[in-house]
Amino acid sequence: MDDFRSRVERERPYLLRYAGLQLRDAHAAEDAVQETLLAALAGEAGFGQRASLRTWLTGILKHKIIDAIRRMSREAPAGSEDEFEALFDERGHWVEMPAAWADPGAALEQERFFAALEMCLARLPQKTSQAFMMREHLGLDTGEICKELAITPTHCWVLLYRARMALRECLTKEWFRK
Amino acid sequence: MMLSCKQVARLVSQGLDRELGFTERVRLRVHLAICEGCTNFSKQVAFVREAMARLAEQSPKA
Repeated sequence: MDDFRSRVERERPYLLRYAGLQLRDAHAAEDAVQETLLAALAGEAGFGQRASLRTWLTGILKHKIIDAIRRMSREAPAGSEDEFEALFDERGHWVEMPAAWADPGAALEQERFFAALEMCLARLPQKTSQAFMMREHLGLDTGEICKELAITPTHCWVLLYRARMALRECLTKEWFRK
Repeated sequence: MMLSCKQVARLVSQGLDRELGFTERVRLRVHLAICEGCTNFSKQVAFVREAMARLAEQSPKA
């Protein structure tokens, strides 16, 4: 029993990092992880030996994160209008044509690249970030995201578009042009 | 009517979140065939998805 408790406790840093990345709010992340650990200890019997402990805990944590996002999005205001309009001229052409990135495959092998990616993610506005993380990190489809954030599919696509535009620009600046 | 780069950028992004219609796919392909900027953009957006998938499966540096 105590052994199980200490094994669960050892996963705390991993879970905190995972939750922090999604929620971008240290207190909310701490709460979600705490709830997860409590639920795990209370439900030890539910942990079959088939899954790894980390996978099982992450599964519980995802639900806690979604609950937290739901609570937060009730208060968060909707995003402002399109700041990416300026990338295009009045005829809808690129003002600055996107240039190819040099060897993106190699970036995926470098830890520093992921540090840059996390920094870029941290710069996204909160609601944009939440929609994007639900889509790309939790792997939800837009229908589910709309429901959780209480927005229309069109608004959801706009948020995801903004996230991708911002990340593309940020990675160009912070990684591929360096 | 030819799609503008701005419309293509939106459509490329939406293509990652919903199934595009036949006409949308055709117009997208026609534009991408002749536009280097949008082709780069499209590859980069796909790369961001791949990088996010890697990030999600990464273990922490404890």
